[in-house]
Amino acid sequence: MSDLRVDLDEIKFNLRGVADLDGVAALPGFEHVEADLVDDLLAEAARFAEEVIAPLNRDGDLIGARHGDDGQVVTTPGFAAAYAAYVEAGWGAVTADPDYGGGGFPHLVGAAIEEMITTASMAWSLCPLLTQGAVALLSAFGSGEQKALYLPRLVSGEWTGTMNLTEPEAGSDLGAVTTRAVPRPDGSYRLTGTKIFITYGEHDLAPNIVHMVLARTPGAPPGTKGLSCFIVPKHLPDSDGEPGARNDVRCVSIEHKLGIHASPTCVMSYGDGDGAVGWLIGAENDGMRYMFKMMNLARLSVGLEGVAIAERSYQQALAYARQRRQGRAPGGEPAAIIEHPDVARMLLDMRSTICAMRGLAYRNAEALDRAGREPDPDARRAADERAALLTPLTKAWATDTGCELAGVGLQVHGGMGYVEETGSAQHYRDARIAPIYEGTNGIQAIDLVSRKLAIRDGGAAADLLSDAAATVEALAAADRRAGLDPVRRHLRAAVTATAQATRWLLRASPEARLAGAAPYLEMLAVTTAGAALADGALARGSAADRAVLARFFASNRLARVPGRLAAVTEPGPDLAAATRGVLAG
Amino acid sequence: MKIVVCVKQIPDPADPGSLDPDTKTLKRDVKLIIDESDSYGVEMALQLVDAAGGGSVHLVSMVPNREVSGLRTALAMGADSATLISDEALAGSDALTTAKVLARAIERAEPDLVLAATESTDGYTGVVPAQVAELLGLPSVTFAKEVAVSGGTATVRRQTEAGYDLVECPLPALVSVTAGVVEPRYPSFRGIMAAKKKPVDQLGIADLGLEPGQVGWAGGGQEIVDVAAAPARESGEIVTDEGDAHERVVAFLDELKVL
Repeated sequence: MSDLRVDLDEIKFNLRGVADLDGVAALPGFEHVEADLVDDLLAEAARFAEEVIAPLNRDGDLIGARHGDDGQVVTTPGFAAAYAAYVEAGWGAVTADPDYGGGGFPHLVGAAIEEMITTASMAWSLCPLLTQGAVALLSAFGSGEQKALYLPRLVSGEWTGTMNLTEPEAGSDLGAVTTRAVPRPDGSYRLTGTKIFITYGEHDLAPNIVHMVLARTPGAPPGTKGLSCFIVPKHLPDSDGEPGARNDVRCVSIEHKLGIHASPTCVMSYGDGDGAVGWLIGAENDGMRYMFKMMNLARLSVGLEGVAIAERSYQQALAYARQRRQGRAPGGEPAAIIEHPDVARMLLDMRSTICAMRGLAYRNAEALDRAGREPDPDARRAADERAALLTPLTKAWATDTGCELAGVGLQVHGGMGYVEETGSAQHYRDARIAPIYEGTNGIQAIDLVSRKLAIRDGGAAADLLSDAAATVEALAAADRRAGLDPVRRHLRAAVTATAQATRWLLRASPEARLAGAAPYLEMLAVTTAGAALADGALARGSAADRAVLARFFASNRLARVPGRLAAVTEPGPDLAAATRGVLAG
Repeated sequence: MKIVVCVKQIPDPADPGSLDPDTKTLKRDVKLIIDESDSYGVEMALQLVDAAGGGSVHLVSMVPNREVSGLRTALAMGADSATLISDEALAGSDALTTAKVLARAIERAEPDLVLAATESTDGYTGVVPAQVAELLGLPSVTFAKEVAVSGGTATVRRQTEAGYDLVECPLPALVSVTAGVVEPRYPSFRGIMAAKKKPVDQLGIADLGLEPGQVGWAGGGQEIVDVAAAPARESGEIVTDEGDAHERVVAFLDELKVL
């Protein structure tokens, strides 16, 4: 396991040269977001990630979280101290509402800090991440009283939060949720049911855990239209707001998983006794709408996990390739394996693709900030559409590619990569959850071709592609000496093919559209990320290295996009027949 | 209680610097950071003020340019204010000149206690703290492991080769703090935000009553006549164990007089 060194220069370049942090900082409400202050925050957050969090990652994998017979969950040694330091330093509060102790910084800055912490330890990062989800949900839809009671403690991280959606029979289809919530005369509810896959549902990092729980009230309509959202704290706050009586909710067991061993994935049982005490957020039967509001942010965060794990894997692979000597380089000298063209190819694929992923994710965060703060309603609406469109791209493509690249990082090590002791295998295993949770990547593709493509009958997607076409124009106008002509050619072909796929999908039957959803998501994501990488190479003051990265990504990944068109448009009929044909068994 | 901490801003040791062949000194045109050695003094000062139930921590730093980023780190840790003596004329100042400049700035702050690192990470002269004490007429206690203050007296455990000395001295005094004796706190998010608003008093040498001829290259009492690369490491002696390796290793260490 190599030490982590946060690539601050790269992160700052993406904030300002690809995403537009200066533009975001000029929006109303962000007056305090001064450039040198942001740089100070990033530098100290990076040091915190490197020195406090990163050293825990290996033990987190080897020791993991343990579930005791008493229902307690014991986290990996060192996790609690690091969490206390995190709360003390206040890193969880950066983007939160200043009225509740937050710093009121843009999501774009939050995304950069989140990436650093996740690169240090994905399993550790999930506890603050889920808390942030609870903060977003309560900030948007909680009552004044609920906000006053819970938000200051969640924003500071003194208490942590969870999201309780999934049940044994309600995974991607939340309409099947059966947890019941029965109203009481005092205005509270009593909840009964079982939730599974609850990240940090129980742990020893904080004195209280606040669960956000989807449940069904008596007489609620079936399906997702009958779901309500509840606050269910592990300890009921007493009259001073301190953790009081133990609520009727407990962790029955934790899962044994492929990766992120240190993150306790809990089976939560509500109401083994008289029922768990909960309080309704907003209105009954409105729970799914609230969850969707929170999801954009959560899905961006998971996309960033793809970036973060790939980055950690890359750093380790690069260090190994520089030090491991084997064979002779072209020219005949005994050499470190990085001198071998195929190893250099793998490393350059990793680096260029990670840059493209980061650019996409940061632009996604920027769109979220603009959607909330643009003074002009049209600009706000356009940003909201852009965020809606980019979110499934970031979540699905950056996590699929994160897994792929963690595999490449392992491959660079040869046989040693397959040996756990080397540490590369941990990244490969940890990365694998990201395409699954927070809406599987299949769900992301469905979301893209149904809800997101439907925005103005393909208008939002057309706008995104016309931005990429503008990058093609800018590349054509660039100095030939910049060496960006291959980027222009491959980006132009990718834009053309993706536009063609978009038009085809808009006219396709619902079944055909779903059949082509995943390859289409890949086409749109690679094209959009490739344009972001090219924009970075075109940015003022951009180093020559960025042209190399853009060129490599263009020949290596953008060039594949037109080839994916057939996978969107052709397999529909075979897919429709497959369950009765070749898959019938 | 008012504590002044001397803080040096240096090029990041993680990015190997280079020497200017003309001046034979370290190039300092890069971004400067707080010398890690000084972060121990800052932490100790913050702890002493806490223990005293009140007071303030003031930083004093000197640079040829107007760099404040290293000071911001210490302010974000919790120091209250800073004086930065920043003057182009300071370029090339030797240790004694540095001590004279720092002493004048420290004097203005009227501290009860002055803390400094034992030496800087980029210069390693190790004489500035004692020189400052002498110039200010203060007791000088060096290589402190622990400092406690009570009723106008500082009690210091100072590290020695054999163990430690327990030293008492009246305040005000200057104490140099050994690296690693406390755990410097991480600047918090709030601390970084607050540091932006903390006062940094920027002074030129004229503000301290000094002339350009008294500082920098002009005022220096030293001249660097030559710099040379460190000699390459020589290959060591390999002892192959033929049953007597332990005796040979002991004999070798004995020869080095480390036993």
